[in-house]
Amino acid sequence: MSGSGEREVAAILEECRVLVEDPTYPAVRRWREAHPGGKVLGHFQVYFPEEIPHAAGMLPVKIMGAGSTVQIRKADARIAAFVCSIIRSSLELALTGRLDFLSVFVTPPICDAARNACAVWVRNLPSLNSQVLYLPQNAASPHAAAYLRDEYRRIAGVVEEAVGRPITDDGLRRSIALYNENRRLLRDLYRVKRETPWLLSAVEAYTLVRAGGLMPREEHNVLLRRVLGLLPEREAKRQDKIRVVFEGGYCEQPPLDMLAVIQDACYIVDDDLLIGLRWLTGDVPTDGEPLASLARAYLDGSSYSPVQHDPRKPKPEMLLRRIRESHADAAIVAAPKMCEPGLEDQVNHIRALEAAGIPHLVLEFEEKMTVFEQMRMEVETFAESLLFDFA
Amino acid sequence: MTTKTPTIGSIRNESRRLLEQWWREMAAADHAGRPTAYVFVMGSLGELLRAFDLPVNCPEITSLQTAVRGASLQYLQAAEDSGYSPDICGYVKADVGLHLKDRQHPNGRIPKPALVIATNMCNTYVTWAEIWEQMYGCPVFVLDLPAWRGTRAGAGADGEALRNDRRYVEAQLRDLIALCEDLTGTAFDIDRLREAMAQVNRMAASYHAVLALNQHRPAPFSAIREGITFQGISNLYRGSPEGTRFFELAREEIQDRIRLGMGTLEEKYRLLLAGTTCYAALKRFAEMFEQWGGVFVHSTYMVFAGGGFAPGFAYDLARPIESLAETLLLSAWRGWSMPMFYAQDWLAETVREWSVDGICFHGVKSCRTTSTGLPDVREWLRTRCDIPGLFIQSDLVDPRLWSDAQLKNRIDAFIESLAGRRATAGR
Ligand code: SF4
Ligand code: SF4
Repeated sequence: MSGSGEREVAAILEECRVLVEDPTYPAVRRWREAHPGGKVLGHFQVYFPEEIPHAAGMLPVKIMGAGSTVQIRKADARIAAFVCSIIRSSLELALTGRLDFLSVFVTPPICDAARNACAVWVRNLPSLNSQVLYLPQNAASPHAAAYLRDEYRRIAGVVEEAVGRPITDDGLRRSIALYNENRRLLRDLYRVKRETPWLLSAVEAYTLVRAGGLMPREEHNVLLRRVLGLLPEREAKRQDKIRVVFEGGYCEQPPLDMLAVIQDACYIVDDDLLIGLRWLTGDVPTDGEPLASLARAYLDGSSYSPVQHDPRKPKPEMLLRRIRESHADAAIVAAPKMCEPGLEDQVNHIRALEAAGIPHLVLEFEEKMTVFEQMRMEVETFAESLLFDFA
Repeated sequence: MTTKTPTIGSIRNESRRLLEQWWREMAAADHAGRPTAYVFVMGSLGELLRAFDLPVNCPEITSLQTAVRGASLQYLQAAEDSGYSPDICGYVKADVGLHLKDRQHPNGRIPKPALVIATNMCNTYVTWAEIWEQMYGCPVFVLDLPAWRGTRAGAGADGEALRNDRRYVEAQLRDLIALCEDLTGTAFDIDRLREAMAQVNRMAASYHAVLALNQHRPAPFSAIREGITFQGISNLYRGSPEGTRFFELAREEIQDRIRLGMGTLEEKYRLLLAGTTCYAALKRFAEMFEQWGGVFVHSTYMVFAGGGFAPGFAYDLARPIESLAETLLLSAWRGWSMPMFYAQDWLAETVREWSVDGICFHGVKSCRTTSTGLPDVREWLRTRCDIPGLFIQSDLVDPRLWSDAQLKNRIDAFIESLAGRRATAGR
């Protein structure tokens, strides 16, 4: 790659890194300056159909905790001690005014803690319209799609009220097309991770993906297209590293430094990091009834995570498939501390990996972790033992 | 001399008999390899399963009982040794331990699951059910009750959204009926469902009357001692004539206690419990308050775990399935919003109407469903309603999380502060 190409990639990555590490949501603030009176909708993990607020001219942003960038003070007085960090840090952001740009906050009831925490938002942030989007939990039911379409319609009503104008089907179709493009680009990015992981490190890929939840998706598309165009020319050599799938990043986010520790010893060739942004695995049709199409895609054309039960997608088998399809040698099955669904799924995953004879390393993390020496040793030992085995 | 009447003692005797009988049924089902349904206390659908003669196991209750019997630790450790984290729900782990120990419970042996019905009243129900799905390959039916919306104006959906929810729940119930037909080889008989629902109506009326009797001063029963018995029977015998009879008897006994002037003990402070107690230290938990004359007259637990019985709860027997769907939704809405997520209003009202002196908020590590926002609710009630509240933390079943001296200090100080308030108010 030419020096200017590499510089451009570096500049884009740096821009994304700033977004990821700045808890004041700078891209959102820039958007609001450029769109006076523009309204913002925040949504908590894991999946949210951003097309709905986007079609109304709102800016949807992902609320995904604050890593180690904020000190938790106010939230600790409101939430019991044994609740995961992302719930606390997200609330801390709101209680300290860092999310003062939000008109609407939506949380899907992904877990017991998130559902209960929504009431804390409601009580403490009276000027914010905090809502639960009730994504169906009987996902295999033949009636779930009709239910979900109507639930999307309800949320569309909340959005319409916030912006003061109706959402049209054509507007939704245009938004679906934009997000289809985004999802296609993310799939391309993951193809790079799978096929030529030496061209893009795990931290770089993650930063690029995560920035999408923090900026207008139009801009994210431009940036992804540019990076994807430049990557093949990157001068990077294939290294002798084991190929792993990282599982456990669907909700609370592992610190960048933790990913860095892993990437030093392994290629992360696939993962569930921020799986909500890639929840829909194919294009959503842009003809027909848009909300119905989004609902069907959520149920029938989607990935998997610990917070969805769907007998059509048994999670341990889905993990094995992810490993197979990415030609990984091993898996890192991580879970956030205090995360009930993640920690329970982890055991099922370990059993399945053992039964399939796939080497795996089990890790527990917290978004606010800052010390990784122990983890570095574990990862290195794991990777070395495998390299030795495979040699 | 107290006047003996035939009803005094009947709650204790009859509940013991019913629990023993339930364990015998479990053992018989296990022995005969009879298909058994595993259900959860919030949204158990006992009435529907009774229409198919399916024995019902409530794993939350069996987990709780391991702790009451002082045996939970060995089950928790077995689960942790097999890979389960110290940071997940202890009910799940006590149960996993039970299955790892060949389903041998201190009270008897439980049968394998042939069907699991998990409502989303607690998300952990679903992940817990997936563990049995992996262990036994049994079908898991997630009954989705999308009742909680978290708007400021009201906790549930209304208008078209409510109709949408109702259609969805009713359709799921019809699917579940088909699944039960398949599993048991028995055709669904709507009259049997109607019969069981009629029993639930009667049980609900008595259950509610029993709770309301505790408004009396002094309280005729302890919401945490007898309250647990009431939860157990209302869940295990939901929809059966025996369950109905138990609550009729309980009502009579409690009326007799009032007539005879029998309180639970000398009542100095009337308390309300937000959350659950600690079953691994059940007696001790109660004693720490009772030694100061602190009596729990009500608890949020009796609202959310009591089968969704609201005042005036009644199924419309002319349209059983529709009514079941509607009532499940409304009960879920009520169970989530009033005693859990939006507890502030219900608690404030109960404090007023039941002459409560203070609230104990007990956060349990096991249960994010009930505990996550408790500190916030306490703060809300303290600052806006001047209601004194104590926030303490331990667990449901894990004795390792019970810290006696620390809890005692906190509780003593709280009761002292209640005494101080009373002195200031010149009562
Ligand atoms: S990390 Fe786990 S417990 Fe925390 S909000 Fe996410 S799913 Fe819930
Ligand atoms: S999290 Fe709470 S409600 Fe859910 S199973 Fe555990 S104890 Fe029961």
